[in-house]
Amino acid sequence: MTAIEVVAIGASWGGLRALERVLEPLPADFPAAVVIAQHRRIGADGALAELLDAHCELTVCEAEDKQALGPGVVLVAPPDYHLLVEPGAVALSVDEPVNFSRPSIDVLLSSAADAYGDGAVGIVLTGANADGAEGLARIAARGGVPIVQDPDSAERREMPAAALATTPAARVLALDEIGRVLVELGAMRERTQS
Amino acid sequence: MTLNDDEGRERLEIELLLEAIHRRHGYDFRGYAPASLRRRLWHRVYGEGLETLSGLQERILHEPGCMDRLLRDLSINVTAMFRDPTFYVALRERVFPLLRTHPFIRVWQAGCSTGEEIYSLAIALREEGLLERTRIYATDINNAALERAGSGAFPLERMQRYTENYLRAGGTEAFSSYYTADGESARFDPALGRSVVLAQHNLVTDGSFNEFHLIVCRNVMIYFGSALQEEVLQLFGDSMTRFGILALGRKESIRRSRHAEEYEPLDEAEKIFRRRL
Repeated sequence: MTAIEVVAIGASWGGLRALERVLEPLPADFPAAVVIAQHRRIGADGALAELLDAHCELTVCEAEDKQALGPGVVLVAPPDYHLLVEPGAVALSVDEPVNFSRPSIDVLLSSAADAYGDGAVGIVLTGANADGAEGLARIAARGGVPIVQDPDSAERREMPAAALATTPAARVLALDEIGRVLVELGAMRERTQS
Repeated sequence: MTLNDDEGRERLEIELLLEAIHRRHGYDFRGYAPASLRRRLWHRVYGEGLETLSGLQERILHEPGCMDRLLRDLSINVTAMFRDPTFYVALRERVFPLLRTHPFIRVWQAGCSTGEEIYSLAIALREEGLLERTRIYATDINNAALERAGSGAFPLERMQRYTENYLRAGGTEAFSSYYTADGESARFDPALGRSVVLAQHNLVTDGSFNEFHLIVCRNVMIYFGSALQEEVLQLFGDSMTRFGILALGRKESIRRSRHAEEYEPLDEAEKIFRRRL
């Protein structure tokens, strides 16, 4: 088990409430970076980051191009941009929407898998489409930890169900378990390092 | 962190491909941001009906048209007229009053792609009475994109969205007065294009060619790695008049750059900066 360095989360329909509950248990000294792609309408600049920031101990901001990744850094994809993970930093793109989405969860998760290999955790939460299914499979293929919100507990089950179809080995967790498992995965990192 | 075999092989294939492109065709993509570059390279692999990056390399070296197709994938940035309408409000309120003090105004639209932003800028300048004494130098790495920009025609189906953007951007006329429908195209008033000079220019390898009062380069440098961004910011600094103005995309920043101290913000949210001297 290698240390986890980045947690990449994708959410769509019903995502705001789900994200709040995933982030809420994370402590201020959480040892990995968190990057988030949430489908939403264009124009709500910064609002999502502020809402999430109010719900957790970590500081959440809207990502800027080449912003550094590190322990406890939480970055949200800006509306109408793809968010990509590179070694040590994020990058943005305005390439065509993927799965009709910009930001696309597939783009985020695939890039996290490519940049961090088995140091990446990928999470697909509630949603009414299939974005993220391909990205989560990539996380698994590169040796990372794939997690899917239990479709039965999701506000919309289509997106987590699609992710499970491409990544049957993913851990299926109820919303409230996800944060706890992330804390455990983070603690393993501390042990690996000491 | 460890990477598996597939990952190591892919990195090697990308390195070799970029080296081949550089040595064979002169385009240097080696300093581009790796994650989006990788996606775009794979897009071309699939577009060619190939299965590997090495296969793409072979075709790049042996088939002349393939490089043009790849260049299109790597260089055409998707944009819209009056994308980020509040940017144009900031231009009108904070930038144009400063430009107005000059008898003749030079603007560099760097990485103009297919021209949507050139025409947006020209319309805003005209409505503020500045277009007559402005020259917009619009450059791009890709000649095919420049040709489309030069045609002054955009898909008619997009005009409804552009009209909404235009109104939110502080437009003062009827947007439809700027174009005429021609089949599936909206053909823009040629008078707007008369202030525009189009030229091929590669931000990575070409140097400074004039001194500008305003440089607009939005969502172009996001495709560059940090080291290359520094070089381009140096180029922009060398290409500006005293107190020149630099406008970047909403989610770009010079805060982390070694050039940060050379500028002061004119509009923090819209990423518009003014050179300190």
